Amino acid sequence: MTDPPNSNPPPAEDLPEPVVQHRHINVSLIWVVPVLAALVGLSLVVNNWLQAGPQISITFTTAEGLEAGKTPVKYKSVVIGKVTRISLSEDRRKVRVEVALEKSAAGFATYDARYWVVRPRIGLGGISGVDTLLSGTFIGADVGNSNQEKYQFQGLETPPAVLHGAPGKSFVLHSGDLGSLDIGSPVYYRRIQVGRVVSYQLNPDGKSVSLRIFVDGPHDRYVTTVSRFWNASGVDLSLGANGLKLNSQSLATVFAGGVAFQEPPGPHPSTPAPEDASYRLFNDQVAALAPPDGPPRYIRMRFNQSLRGLAVDAPVEFFGIDIGKVVSINLDYDEQAERFPVTVGAVIYPQRLGHAYDKLVELARAQGGDADLGQIMRTLVSDGLRAQARTGNLLTGQLYIAMDFIPKADKVDFNTSATPLEIPTAPGSFDKLQEQLADIVTKLQKVPFDSIGQNLDHSLADLDQTLKQLNEEVLPEFKQTLGTAGNALSADSPLRHNLGGTLQELERMARSLRALSDYLSGHPEALIRGRRDDPAPIPPAASPRSKP
Amino acid sequence: MSALPRAHELGLIACHVCGLVCREPNFSPAACPRCGSGLRRRKTASFMRTWALLIAAFILYIPANVLPIMRTVNVGDVDDNTIISGVVELWMQGSPSLALIVFAASIVVPVLKFFVLALLLVSTRRDSDWAMHQRAALYRLVDLIGYWSMLDVFVVALLTALVRFDVLSRVEPLPGVVFFGLTVILTMFASMSFDPRLLWDARKNHD
Repeated sequence: MTDPPNSNPPPAEDLPEPVVQHRHINVSLIWVVPVLAALVGLSLVVNNWLQAGPQISITFTTAEGLEAGKTPVKYKSVVIGKVTRISLSEDRRKVRVEVALEKSAAGFATYDARYWVVRPRIGLGGISGVDTLLSGTFIGADVGNSNQEKYQFQGLETPPAVLHGAPGKSFVLHSGDLGSLDIGSPVYYRRIQVGRVVSYQLNPDGKSVSLRIFVDGPHDRYVTTVSRFWNASGVDLSLGANGLKLNSQSLATVFAGGVAFQEPPGPHPSTPAPEDASYRLFNDQVAALAPPDGPPRYIRMRFNQSLRGLAVDAPVEFFGIDIGKVVSINLDYDEQAERFPVTVGAVIYPQRLGHAYDKLVELARAQGGDADLGQIMRTLVSDGLRAQARTGNLLTGQLYIAMDFIPKADKVDFNTSATPLEIPTAPGSFDKLQEQLADIVTKLQKVPFDSIGQNLDHSLADLDQTLKQLNEEVLPEFKQTLGTAGNALSADSPLRHNLGGTLQELERMARSLRALSDYLSGHPEALIRGRRDDPAPIPPAASPRSKP
Repeated sequence: MSALPRAHELGLIACHVCGLVCREPNFSPAACPRCGSGLRRRKTASFMRTWALLIAAFILYIPANVLPIMRTVNVGDVDDNTIISGVVELWMQGSPSLALIVFAASIVVPVLKFFVLALLLVSTRRDSDWAMHQRAALYRLVDLIGYWSMLDVFVVALLTALVRFDVLSRVEPLPGVVFFGLTVILTMFASMSFDPRLLWDARKNHD
């Protein structure tokens, strides 16, 4: 403190006098320093308060790899928050992770936000999250469009297959079972991976499975309203007329499964399917690309014979075309006939008949009846259509059901309104063969083999007698005749002599005939005028020729 | 001791810089006729300046401790450390001596300075003659160890410059270290602006 100048007398007059300092500082300016510091501190607090986003809590089953104050929350690799605290839930079953989101990430505290822990994962479909091996585990985040705020989240155990806003469309597939598919299984289009299975769930009735797939843009436009999906899992090994064929989408699908889709052959509209369009998932490509089956119809057949070799799923064929399959085989008892007929249930797809079915429907309409399958069937049955169990494979004895026209089939009543339709049956071709064989056997049995044998015996005895007679009586005479003939033909016999003379005479005659014919060919006029006199007998050889 | 007259009782004033003793002026401000530096009996507004700087240093000391001062990146493993968490980490990782040094330099020394300066200011203001020699000793201690606190700042600066192995290892300074450095500088200014002669002024009143 500056004390006021004292009134004491100066001790020495020769001391120098201070000079006036022309500088004046307002001492209170020093308070600017703490004020500035306070302002800086305050700005930090305000900044922190402004930057602080919502505080959310996420529950996970385990906090493996998570660290309070360190583990970041990332969206598209951008840090949007940080784990501040990790604690156990009250019942100690879950782990509650408190996350401080940044102010800019306030939109992540909404209803459709999803959180999951990104760890390195090795699956059949590939390896993911390798970067976390170095950078450490982090929490991945995804957010949708919702504006409704939410601060408690259930963390996902596996990363979602599709992030919100990813280009592409999701579709729903219905299938009887899941097969070897799983979340993340690839979706192929012409063997290019264009998407993956996002989720699956049992339908409420528990009888089928719904899968949700996501097809990435721009490939999603290849999914049209008529696209067919099939399960491309595993290996398709088929033995056809062309030999053994092995078919699979990719090596990964052999192990991990996959879905493929394609448009069916033939002209069709190519309008891209809308979001969440629903499709059936076929078991294989052939089934998927086959023309649509149309609604299935159930039929029933009663066979009065053993159906050994007929199995469920055996084909039902109509003129060699597979129109359905056997779904049930049940034994029945007929009290009146005291027999055990076999009731075979089958499902058929009339539209597999193609044009034939259309024409039959038209025909039925033209005849005034309704185009019901029952009506059509009645016409066909009255024309002799019958179901037969036929042998499909001679080696294994597998049977199939064939619908065919049997000539001279017995008339039967056909109930058009029965459900399921009952198709009359006929014994199978093999059975018919058996029957005919039996016929032949009975006819053969009627042949009197005994009497035939006896008669034959008698005849043989007679023959024996005759032969003996021949031996004893005829042969000696025959020998004698031969001896006479031998004498007549010997070299010195008169017969041979005469024969030689006759032959010489004949030779001469032939020679003169030749001379005559020679002359006539040279002088044909001689036939009319007679032989001319020779002008000069020059050729001496001519005279002996003209002799005869 | 009590018999000795004070300079201003004799109407004299000494220059702080060159030590020239001259007649006490009856005007203010005055300058030394030899070296031209300011001439005053006690440091100008010593109490006010010291208080102001001390308060500013204390305010800045809060963010210096709350905010992280250093980020160490070790093969993708990012670690942000405040002063106290750095000390704890050093201790945990088996360098207790190093931890103690950092703790002394970064925590003990600044806090000691706050307390000592505040104590000196308050006691001097009240013209207390309690433990004057010890208080004077405290002041000398504070003046001496004031810049030791800069150790932490140097550590961060050095590591930042030395540890630069991109992906493998990296050290980055964070805002906390700026506040800490400012705190240390302000406390040094505060102790400089305190005039220890004020301590002895109290004696006069009890004479």
